[in-house]
Amino acid sequence: MEEELLIRKIREGTVIDHIPAGRALKVLSIIGLTGGEGMVIALVMNAPSQKLGRKDLVKIEGRFLAPREVDKIALIAPSATINVIRDYKVASKRKVELPDVIKGLLKCPNPDCVTNQPGEPIDSLFKTISRSPLRLVCQYCGEAVSEEEVMGLLTKG
Amino acid sequence: MGFRNRDIISILDFRREELEELFSVVDEMRKNPSAHSSALSGYLMATAFFEPSTRTRLSFQTAMLRLGGSVIDMAEVQRSSIAKGENFTDTIRMLDAYSDVIAIRHKIDGSARYAAEIAENPVINCGDGKKNHPTQAMLDLYTVKTLKNRIDGLNYGILGDLKYGRAAASLILGLALFRPERIYLISPESLRVRPEVREHLENSGVDYVETTRIEDCISELDVLYVTRVQKERFPDPSEYERVKGSYRLTLDILRAGKEDLVVLHPLPRVDEIDFKVDDSKYAKYFLQAKLGVFVRMALLKLILRG
Repeated sequence: MEEELLIRKIREGTVIDHIPAGRALKVLSIIGLTGGEGMVIALVMNAPSQKLGRKDLVKIEGRFLAPREVDKIALIAPSATINVIRDYKVASKRKVELPDVIKGLLKCPNPDCVTNQPGEPIDSLFKTISRSPLRLVCQYCGEAVSEEEVMGLLTKG
Repeated sequence: MGFRNRDIISILDFRREELEELFSVVDEMRKNPSAHSSALSGYLMATAFFEPSTRTRLSFQTAMLRLGGSVIDMAEVQRSSIAKGENFTDTIRMLDAYSDVIAIRHKIDGSARYAAEIAENPVINCGDGKKNHPTQAMLDLYTVKTLKNRIDGLNYGILGDLKYGRAAASLILGLALFRPERIYLISPESLRVRPEVREHLENSGVDYVETTRIEDCISELDVLYVTRVQKERFPDPSEYERVKGSYRLTLDILRAGKEDLVVLHPLPRVDEIDFKVDDSKYAKYFLQAKLGVFVRMALLKLILRG
């Protein structure tokens, strides 16, 4: 692989591969990594890819992903694969998969939606209407969300 | 899916056959109302109107009382526990514990669906936010069926604020369950139907036309459904002044219509229908309000007793 020439293997951690070109920084951002955490992070952007033409790739030493984080990645990088690395070897490899129902990961863009009301114990809830192009619909107020809007609506944490 | 214990949240949750089942119960109740005067004896409905309403609230209360049921009514927000800071969730839990069914209206989009999740007993959406008012659509469709003997094959004009008006939006979506000949959506450019409503019409294969002038389609219509264009919806007051005349129905306009054209309105009406229209053969909105009570009676009976 081309990127192996650029960056070394990691011992323990996560490789997020096949990220659509140009979105690696967004992927890092939504899993809360700023670079200030101290862990080794390798980033390749716009690398040639047979599958995608161009792709991004991220290697993170000493960090594994929670299911919630994988779902968030699926929202902005639906082609991504997650490799778990243990002792320099790929311990598991899987493609991210956008769930049919997305709970609590996105803020509904409709300010009048019941999920945006302060003081109510309610999570946002979106149904995946289409994966390509991405289209989600709020199950409370019916507001539709497109791929371009998703990034700005991801919740913190 | 039957009606028993069912939440009534959006007209889109229903199939045509289910609405037809409802309408046949309404027919039966109208024929012999006294036979049903104790059908809901021992049942209690809570009305929780977080937004001002007279028509829908009284219509539901009347329906429940006419079936021998009882009603508790949450006071206006200023006088209730909401004023002390109680949240919506706790208010619904409390009403659910007290009553067998909750009829709710709230300005927040999706509040009725959320209430239905919290409450164990059925919740009836009497209008939430700008999107849903399913029982209004049911009574509108029933009124058309009563007056025209059918819902299919007719030309409908829906006039007014189609963007924020939940009664208009719910009726348009409800019509898509049937086979209207064509729906004319008559509104100012800035108050046209929202994209998801238009998309639903297209997916349902409904023929519709968007227009800004009633005069352009009045001669085609079998049913004209009038709603109010509210001044506060216009960012520029001069724009409102410019268009308001086009959205005020007069006898002059109606004279260009078919002989048997019927005019409906969800009420309350302010000035969007000239009072002179009230005594004309076209005006059916007060009958519509009366039929609304029977529709809600049938709905309550089906929900609570099957």
